[in-house]
Amino acid sequence: MSVLLDVRGLKTTFPVGAGQIKAVNDVSFTLGRGEVLGLVGESGSGKSVTGFSIMGLLEPPGRITGGQILFDGTDLTKLGQEEMRRLRGRRIAMIFQDPMMTLNPVLRIDTQMIEAVTAHRPVSKAEARALARDALGQVGIPSPEERLNAYPHQFSGGMRQRVAIAIALLNKPDLIVADEPTTALDVTIQAQILAEVQKLTAEQGTALIWITHDLSVVSRLADRIAVMYAGRIVEYGDVAEVIGKPHHHYTAGLIGSVPSRNRRGSRLAQIPGMTPSLLTLPDGCAFRTRCARADGDCAVMPELTGQGAHWHRCVHPNTQVLA
Amino acid sequence: MIGWFVRRLLQSVFVIVAMTVIVFVGVNVIGDPVAILIAPDADQAERLQVVQSLGLDRPLWEQYGRFLYGALQGDFGKSFVFGQPALQIILERMPATLELAFCAVFLAVVIGIPLGLYAGLRPRSILAKTVMAGSIFGFSLPSFWVGLLLIMVFGVQLGWLPSSGRGMTREFLGIHWSFLTLDGLTHLILPACNLALFKVSLVMRLVRAGVREVLPQEYVKFARAKGLTERRVIFVHVLKNIMIPVVTVIGLEFGSTIAFSVVTESIFAWPGMGKLIIDSINLLDRPMIVAYLILIVFLFVTINLVVDLLYTVLDPRVQHNGEG
Amino acid sequence: MNLSAPTADQPAAPVQRLAPVETPTQRVIREFSRSWLAMFGLVVLSLVVLAALAASLIAPQNPYDLMQLDILDSRLPPGSSAASGMTYWLGTDEQGRDMLSGILYGLRISLGVGVASAVTAALVGASLGLIAAYAGGRTETAIMRLVDLQLSFPSILVALMILAFLGKGVTNVVLALIIVEWAAYARTARGTALVERRKEYIEAAECLAIPRWRILFRHLLPNCLPPLIVIVTVQIARAIALEATLSFLGLGVPVTEPSLGMLIANGYQYMLSGKFWMSFYPGVALLITIVAINLVGDHLRDVLNPRSHS
Repeated sequence: MSVLLDVRGLKTTFPVGAGQIKAVNDVSFTLGRGEVLGLVGESGSGKSVTGFSIMGLLEPPGRITGGQILFDGTDLTKLGQEEMRRLRGRRIAMIFQDPMMTLNPVLRIDTQMIEAVTAHRPVSKAEARALARDALGQVGIPSPEERLNAYPHQFSGGMRQRVAIAIALLNKPDLIVADEPTTALDVTIQAQILAEVQKLTAEQGTALIWITHDLSVVSRLADRIAVMYAGRIVEYGDVAEVIGKPHHHYTAGLIGSVPSRNRRGSRLAQIPGMTPSLLTLPDGCAFRTRCARADGDCAVMPELTGQGAHWHRCVHPNTQVLA
Repeated sequence: MIGWFVRRLLQSVFVIVAMTVIVFVGVNVIGDPVAILIAPDADQAERLQVVQSLGLDRPLWEQYGRFLYGALQGDFGKSFVFGQPALQIILERMPATLELAFCAVFLAVVIGIPLGLYAGLRPRSILAKTVMAGSIFGFSLPSFWVGLLLIMVFGVQLGWLPSSGRGMTREFLGIHWSFLTLDGLTHLILPACNLALFKVSLVMRLVRAGVREVLPQEYVKFARAKGLTERRVIFVHVLKNIMIPVVTVIGLEFGSTIAFSVVTESIFAWPGMGKLIIDSINLLDRPMIVAYLILIVFLFVTINLVVDLLYTVLDPRVQHNGEG
Repeated sequence: MNLSAPTADQPAAPVQRLAPVETPTQRVIREFSRSWLAMFGLVVLSLVVLAALAASLIAPQNPYDLMQLDILDSRLPPGSSAASGMTYWLGTDEQGRDMLSGILYGLRISLGVGVASAVTAALVGASLGLIAAYAGGRTETAIMRLVDLQLSFPSILVALMILAFLGKGVTNVVLALIIVEWAAYARTARGTALVERRKEYIEAAECLAIPRWRILFRHLLPNCLPPLIVIVTVQIARAIALEATLSFLGLGVPVTEPSLGMLIANGYQYMLSGKFWMSFYPGVALLITIVAINLVGDHLRDVLNPRSHS
């Protein structure tokens, strides 16, 4: 499988007053064509910022201060604004978290879909409209021709997310960055959307970065998982390996906090404390203030170590196999 | 939608009727019309005769009925000063006021919107900060004093622009307009700028606030994620969202511009209906005052109605399903 | 399950030490004093108010006392000397009145009219707004319809209408200003009262069976005050500007005791002949006053706005 995206040592910082917030700190991963990567972490872990860094859509004053984002061999961090714009929506598309907020409330659906096509391809409005209609049909929106003339407020949340997905798929991109696209939806809708995305990306051979805080979603969808904590990847590997044999105590804690059927009646595990502020990170392993296994060795930042397809950033890796 | 419109229309009619009552009571009950009309040395018989000829001995509701009946036919009586039907005199002066107000609103739009956009998109730039600070003055400066300064600088000191009257006018559609002649246009500049100053500040701040509010919205980010050009993001996605409140405010401001032209017209001796009403109040020309007030109330209610309709058309989210 | 699951005896993350408790008033003062522009406005405003209050003490001349005026000194440019030896720093008007003295006395009238109308309007409007919020039903509808009607017409028009009914004069101008202004207070008072009334602290107070009047005045009113205070400052500035405008149009205060607007109007006719000082300096005084109030009000709004601090 050829490599589509190769992120190497990505650093994204936000200047705050005199200091800097390192929202993304030395993040590396690769993604093959058609592969699905689950990017997992709590809010503030830097997972969304990683997504926006790839899209070149960081909110100023945030900016990439180091590393490379090689997309099909091109370093995206070196591209100019116009080159980046041509890539966005054409070869890399994005789906956002809250479908109620992502569609422009005063523009009709057809306007918002047609412009996504004509921004990149020299086609007529009629052709673009036909493409838009087909895309709506693809994501399972009934009577797409009529729905094209509707405004966003005339759709439900789940329907809007389908529209957003249809827009992302319009130009048959190589990569879709999905930033928690099901978090804001009802559980039943969530499952439908998941299945839909899975089917469509598989059909088109589109690679997917699925950003989420929900491990159970990722375990069903992803080929590989990257777990982020305080701006760094703390564990990375094949989905079965990471879920079944988490090496990092944070990952283990996340898995333990997922309610599951076969542990009924027992107390739900939780990770004590809260995500540290990126301004006041402890030296060394950022997780050590919350980690039961932490000791003096943890005061030095551990390197990402491991073998084959499973890497972790911990000096006292967990060896237990999870049920 | 139609139900909503009918309700809205009835509401407007009700406001106009209520205002005719207020104006009628205000002028006829609070003020004493007889005192104005009769010479102080008139005797009782003369007095009585005037009272009877004007129907002032009749019950109040009957007087109001007559007044309303006349008003519906455009009859507000003859001006004490001009000796002509009051409404006719006012309507003759109205184009001058409308021309001035329209120019002022036009200036506010063509200056205020671009400046507001710029200040919203580049809030840290020096120009944006200067313009924002300047807009505080636009709000604070009493418009009549600004008018005086404009006359002093451009009329007296520099002598570039005329500062009094309409200048040459040309007839178009049976009405005289200043903007059709070069001379008229030069006469229009100072008063229009004077009247526009406050509106420019207002529109600019409104647009800036709108841009600041819309820019961080997810749909703007999503539009960028679609790979749209920055031009399309700003001028379609951002601007379309801002224009709804802006159009509403500009529409409503057109009414207040007409009202505030009272001041500008007095300073620049612009022969519109604003100057006329001030003169009429000073001369206690009652029919003129009444006719002006009723006319302007009518104008305002109409403008409000049109703006409401426009808002409904512009914003797809507004739906009136029969309810108010 | 032997993950990093917590146990009860495990220490929680260290609790951050809380800053010393600060009263809301202290916070407002601290945040307000952080803006040098607003502080500048406050200092200028204080000076203006002081000058207006002490007009009779610091003015070189009593401008209302015709005995002190010398008609031979009329329309002198700034810096001229009088026959009596005093200097007219800002020139004289057509009656030979010292402009500086006229401005100081005029300031007193302008400020007085502005403050009196704004405060009265605040009392009337806020009471009506609170009544509307509490009474609800028809009372509320009636009051709010009146507010809507009032606010749909621009201030100058309403003022003109009232002066057309009542005639000119200071009392009528103040009355007109009150009628122009009350609606804004009523709407704000009702709006905030409705929002605050639904909040938990009022519910909590009601659960504690605290008397109704006490809830109203000790709990609700203080929380409705910030937006009202902001409006008072803004409305004082508006009232001063509107009074000046009305006086300029010849509908306001009498010529014998001119406000700033009247001074400007009096000098207006001499402007075209280059004698600018008669209109210009009263205008500057007016401008300084209004800008200072707006600077203070603008920043007060930021500081008092509950949304702007978290």
